[in-house]
Amino acid sequence: MNNIYVYILVMAVVTYLIRAIPLTLIRKEINNKFIKSFLYYVPFVTLSVIIFPDILYSTNSVIASLVAFIVAIILAYKKFNMFVISICACAIVYILDSIISLI
Amino acid sequence: MNENFQIYKLGARRAVPIALGYFAVSFTFGILARKYGLTPFESSLISLTNLTSAGQFAGIEIIRDKGPYIEMVISQLIINSRYLLMSSSLSQKIDYNTSIPKRLLMAFSTTDEIYSLGISYPKKLSPYYIYGAMSVSIPGWTLGTLFGATTGEILPSKIVSTLSIALYIMLITAIIPHTKNNKTIAGIISISMLSSLLFSIIPYLKNISSGVKIIVLSIVITGLAAYFFPLKEQLNE
Repeated sequence: MNNIYVYILVMAVVTYLIRAIPLTLIRKEINNKFIKSFLYYVPFVTLSVIIFPDILYSTNSVIASLVAFIVAIILAYKKFNMFVISICACAIVYILDSIISLI
Repeated sequence: MNENFQIYKLGARRAVPIALGYFAVSFTFGILARKYGLTPFESSLISLTNLTSAGQFAGIEIIRDKGPYIEMVISQLIINSRYLLMSSSLSQKIDYNTSIPKRLLMAFSTTDEIYSLGISYPKKLSPYYIYGAMSVSIPGWTLGTLFGATTGEILPSKIVSTLSIALYIMLITAIIPHTKNNKTIAGIISISMLSSLLFSIIPYLKNISSGVKIIVLSIVITGLAAYFFPLKEQLNE
């Protein structure tokens, strides 16, 4: 008989170990040029893959998401504050969503 | 100590949009968990102890289908493998003298969004910054689940849409500012997004689960980038 709490424990432990092992084992500055470069590029690649194209399907309308995505990229490039960008993107989605649902 | 508290507060403040976005997404998780027969306590406990989105959605499906425990292990390993990369990269962002207990605590909250917040920190990352982010994000994620599972009512879809996009904005603001004055990074981001798009439309490739896609593309593209564009000596931009 499978127990719900065993499932939850398994999920939590596996997920935690994935997060904790690298952070506790790697305690020095990495000097290997390839690995150092690799770790430097990780956020750019991994986050990009997570963002696109999934961001397009995160709201009710692909068009609203696309517009918010483009505006966010421009504002982020111009180094606007994260709060400002978030609020702009949310406003764009909210407004376009309302307009599109009227059509 | 006082300085640490300042950093903690800053982290908490910066994570408010994350907490709101988490609330909306985990609300949906709570509703689904309830449909799958989990109690509000069980689903909130999952959110509190896992703090991850895709992994939890996959997890409750396995629970519903009474799948073997090993299936749970494998699915979580695959879906969450990206955190392995993120935590590895964070290991170079924090002070190398950070104690192990601090590392163990901050590791708990390696999520796409909190990681984004961490790498955007202008200096060596302080664990207190992450603790601050955790102290608003974890309640946001857990309470969202609790409310979703208890009420079973769907949040107005416009609100969910709006808050969901805020989470992606977090990720965007973590990487895009670095493209200024750095064409290599701009190119890497473009190639990554394009590849990810291709993986989601090309027949066969599009059937690959998102966890596998993320880890495979990450390793391949990051590996190529590191090989062809190794960092020069002066680091940290």
